[in-house]
Amino acid sequence: MSDSYDIIDHQHDVIVVGAGGAGLRATRGLADAGLKTACITKVFPTRSHTVAAQGGIASALGNMGEDDWRYHAYDTIKGSDWLGDQDAIEHLTKEAVPAIIELEHDGVPFSRTEDGKIYQRPFGGMTTHYGKGQAERTCAAADRTGHALLHTLYQQSLKARAEFYVEYFAIDLLMTEDGACRGVLAWDLQGGQLHRFRAHQVILATGGYGRAYFSCTSAHTCTGDGMGMALRAGVPIQDPEFVQFHPTGIYGAGCLITEGARGEGGYLTNSEGERFMERYAPNAKDLASRDVVSRAMTIEINEGRGVGEKADHIMLHLEHLGPEVLHERLPGITETAKIFSGVDATKEPIPVLPTVHYCMGGIPTNPYGEVVTLKDGDPDSIVPGLMAVGETACVSVHGANRLGSNALLDLVVFGRAAAKRCTELVSPGQRLHADTTKSEEAALARFDKLRNASGNTSTADLRDSLQASMQKYAAVFRNTDSMKEGVKVIGEEVAKFADVKVSDRSMTWNSDLVETMELQNLLECAIVTMTAAANRTESRGAHAHEDYSDRDDENWIKHTLTWYRGDGRVDIDYRPVHLQPLTDEMEHIPPKERVY
Amino acid sequence: MSELRRVRWLCRRGMKELDVLLDRFVTAEYDGLSEQEHAALISLLRREDPDLWYLVMGRMPADDPVEESLLGRIRQFESTQR
Repeated sequence: MSDSYDIIDHQHDVIVVGAGGAGLRATRGLADAGLKTACITKVFPTRSHTVAAQGGIASALGNMGEDDWRYHAYDTIKGSDWLGDQDAIEHLTKEAVPAIIELEHDGVPFSRTEDGKIYQRPFGGMTTHYGKGQAERTCAAADRTGHALLHTLYQQSLKARAEFYVEYFAIDLLMTEDGACRGVLAWDLQGGQLHRFRAHQVILATGGYGRAYFSCTSAHTCTGDGMGMALRAGVPIQDPEFVQFHPTGIYGAGCLITEGARGEGGYLTNSEGERFMERYAPNAKDLASRDVVSRAMTIEINEGRGVGEKADHIMLHLEHLGPEVLHERLPGITETAKIFSGVDATKEPIPVLPTVHYCMGGIPTNPYGEVVTLKDGDPDSIVPGLMAVGETACVSVHGANRLGSNALLDLVVFGRAAAKRCTELVSPGQRLHADTTKSEEAALARFDKLRNASGNTSTADLRDSLQASMQKYAAVFRNTDSMKEGVKVIGEEVAKFADVKVSDRSMTWNSDLVETMELQNLLECAIVTMTAAANRTESRGAHAHEDYSDRDDENWIKHTLTWYRGDGRVDIDYRPVHLQPLTDEMEHIPPKERVY
Repeated sequence: MSELRRVRWLCRRGMKELDVLLDRFVTAEYDGLSEQEHAALISLLRREDPDLWYLVMGRMPADDPVEESLLGRIRQFESTQR
């Protein structure tokens, strides 16, 4: 019998879960339009993981030379290894231009050129003239682009009178029996009470699940909470097998050295001192897209040309740039290298390794942020009341591999689109009739059960074990046997969660219980990721299958859909990739071999 | 005990770098902090991530000597972890 909980009721037009770049951009747009909006977040808004995005935000402004959003669209489609939806990519790259102007007007302090335009730098995979030239497309606010974005959007949201519920942990979605989302059950970590937030639309903006891996660049807070909630509500996750490894995580600590480092002239070498990227990507070299560079590094290590005592990593050289360029253009990198690897980057190379960085997969949506699923043969069937934006979502603009500086762009473009769509769907103060009793009872029962969990497995131990398994079985290169084993092992870890132990029963600042709930979200993300990976018998983007080393366009230009059915069971089906653009302003880009 | 739990949540940051450094520091040294050091730690944790990171890196001076010495220990601590 569960304890009885007093639940505090709230009613809003729209609820946003998560206050990173995507959540705040949506919140700001909603509040501006006069909708009564609540934003629920487990950490303070400017402490969301978006704050770590230092590299910048892509937009074909053409401030440094010729550029066109169509080139940006081409790069994004090629970067996605033709798994991205071309209609959504057209929307992303075209809207990038007004989106940046809007951010500038809102007060984001972009770095400038001498004549006062927004400064733009080169980034991996970004070209002009459909692969011929190197584009300078990435805008930045010094080394704190993410923070500037969060700060600005948070201030704008407050000004528009959005309500913030900070340090509230979202437990589960409140769903009607016919599958519409009408709210969220959340827990106030400080006050210790449960809150029932009811609304016409719920927008999930909860980020990725990098922490399912041992070595990741993600902050501890990236635990796939929105994806876990969606899976438990019967909503699928799309393309989870595509997890991006960033080429330059610091060996050991996993902390990120930004791609801007290679944009400014940094390069990689193996144990023979060879600049090996020249062999793998003769044109783009060290600035080829992330999956290409990460694979090349892994091959060098696997073939015995890794550096260090264990020959298990690669060197990143910045020392030739000189201390002035390093400090001016790449501030903080020398200190990061010093603190986390003891290296003086102005004199010696930094030891690096491909490190988990971004989840291309997520909750499937259309270009307006509405969650879609496959239902009764319709692959674009809308889940009423539910939206998703940012890394939690899979629109899909990143397909099988995301380009650097397209993530921040994704946040603002689709955060804005989702808010706009809500204004078409909901009128301010509209009455809400929805019976979500059943899902609420299930959510409460789950919460109470975990709070009183008295098994023998510690949350930290099970998380360590899961992270090691994902690192081993869902790595840069995968093969049939390792993935089969991975599905089995992660299935056992999912089962072991039933034996978890929570020692703290309190309702305030109970990090033991929070981390246990986060672990359940991570486990659910992990099992669908591993199962989808084992199912895809081809190599595409971030999914490099040793037994099927070629891309198989005949059978696999399709999105994987995964449903978690409980007890470790995952069902798989598919949605078609949208290969046609939205309008006739750009041409369809047919699949071809991906050479950099 | 409840204070430590609150501090732990304040150590949840947006940047992995800070997560790693603060988590290790608080786990190892929280119990030994004086009242003054405790107050300095809370004040540091109230800073925005990029500022706190600049403080940790020593690119920006701290408000007072107690904070400065805590920052030194946070930095120092990591170099003993390798």
